[in-house]
Amino acid sequence: MFGRAKKKRAIREAGWGHTVICTIIGLIYFFPVLWIILTAFKTRQDALATPPSFLFTPTLDNFLRVFYRVTTDGEQLSTGMGLFFFNSIFIAGAGVLLALIVGTMAAYGFSRYPLKGNDTYLFVILTTRMLPPIVVIVPIFLMFRITGLSGSYIGIILLYAMFNLAFSVWMMKSFFDELSTDVEDAARLEGASEWKVFFKICIPQLKAGLAATSVFALILTWNEFLFALLLTGSDTRTVPVAMARSMGGQLGVDWGLLAAIITLFLIPVFIVTYALQNHLLRGVTFGTVKK
Amino acid sequence: MRGFMDWLMDPKRRGPMLVTPAILLLFVMNIFPLMWSFGLSFFHYKASSMKPPRFAGLYYYEKVLTDPVVWERFQTTALIVSLSVLVQMIIGFALAILFSKKFPMRREILMLILTPMMLSFVAVGVFFKLFYEPTFGLISQAFMVFTGEPLALLATKWGAILGIVIADAWMWTPFVMLLVLAGLVSVPNYLYEAAEIDRASTWERFKTVTFPYVKGLLLLALLFRTIETFKLFDVVYIITAGGPGSSTETIAVYVYRMAFQFFKTSQSSALSYILLFVVIVLTNLYLYFVNRREQEA
Repeated sequence: MFGRAKKKRAIREAGWGHTVICTIIGLIYFFPVLWIILTAFKTRQDALATPPSFLFTPTLDNFLRVFYRVTTDGEQLSTGMGLFFFNSIFIAGAGVLLALIVGTMAAYGFSRYPLKGNDTYLFVILTTRMLPPIVVIVPIFLMFRITGLSGSYIGIILLYAMFNLAFSVWMMKSFFDELSTDVEDAARLEGASEWKVFFKICIPQLKAGLAATSVFALILTWNEFLFALLLTGSDTRTVPVAMARSMGGQLGVDWGLLAAIITLFLIPVFIVTYALQNHLLRGVTFGTVKK
Repeated sequence: MRGFMDWLMDPKRRGPMLVTPAILLLFVMNIFPLMWSFGLSFFHYKASSMKPPRFAGLYYYEKVLTDPVVWERFQTTALIVSLSVLVQMIIGFALAILFSKKFPMRREILMLILTPMMLSFVAVGVFFKLFYEPTFGLISQAFMVFTGEPLALLATKWGAILGIVIADAWMWTPFVMLLVLAGLVSVPNYLYEAAEIDRASTWERFKTVTFPYVKGLLLLALLFRTIETFKLFDVVYIITAGGPGSSTETIAVYVYRMAFQFFKTSQSSALSYILLFVVIVLTNLYLYFVNRREQEA
């Protein structure tokens, strides 16, 4: 996983014995996730069984119930969950795209045109991510109420873009900083315009960096709860909010249904985590730690 | 238009130009609300009523700082933060050592351990709420096997705190592990070879070779996790909602309730600023370490 370091690995190779130990530990660690996925395939009786049932006949019923519920008349009604999944995807996607465009521009600026005072800006940008969201939530709530952005897509997208900005600026800057400027300068000498230098020379070299940054920003946005709870309306609600709301049912919590929602919600994250293992470290520390 | 574009693209202006949209977005969505909330903290104001704000001076700061409930919430937060971060550091370190060796299927197994970090706080909250359920929850049932009694973990203060700490630590141990792992794999091999020639014991080798390499990253992980855990909201909100009573109410949950359940807008703003002050101190520590690391590298 840490490519260069592999060669200078200090500790001698361990064998399959080590694999067995680590698999057991890994499985214990992973168990909560596994249990939720299993619960998603259980009937209500199996989900609430004492002692817990490890062997059961799997059913897809919960997954169907995520999207449709059947009334006593046998009519199929949409639960709205489809819309909430769409909202999660759309809001996260748009927010990340915006943050990525604005953030990459800024990162390029910070990296290539070091000016006096830039460090201050970079610091301010970083602090916004360290900031407890609870500090700004009251004025943002009021601001959204006054401007009518409350419950709209545009408001929450702008907010998420701001959220991911700190992250994309710092991470992209660390990628830009690593890039040698020789090629860029050579292209400029050849008479290439600044646009060309940026789009034809820098960006292609940064594909991996862009992918890693966007995927991290996606995860952060995908899972965001507090702002979504307060600032989305019934039409723009995201899945985490819908999940939290379905916890407080009159008839007790429908664990099978909840587990099915979570399982569906997990799939993108699983794919993404696997794809980005190599960039995990820089991502989780906002690019402030290099591998 | 052409002239304007040339003016914009002037090399002197290019840096600031590129940075401007980001700063603008930041200002509108962050700096401005921050200032607003700062202003609000000096006025009598209720977001739920239509009454115009009245100047209050330092009234709310005084009120918040002398309120024993606020201190209690800070203590609860500090308790959860220190317990959770401690567990993360210990297990994260142990896992990193385990995974710093090269072995077959390493990547695949690592994936199992890294997943929790990528999950939604809400999902993690739901997981653990299910586990802590007194009748059919797994933890209660396991407890029953040994004692014959069901376990309502979330019914007592310490149980609820433990429940939150387990969930939070479970989720964030991989983060500590990743940082430490980065330190472990950066130790040059010749140092181990030298230690071997000196016939250093495992403990000595760890103390003189391995530890110095991970010390910086360990501190970084400690600070980073402290800052993040200080903001802990979602997991608490889902698992205990601050209960039983208010024994697990973290400062973030308290501010949320103050702002959106009781609509004590001014008071919650003042308290937010005190929370912000704490986080800024921690952030500065974090950046100090980042800068020092960069200078060393």
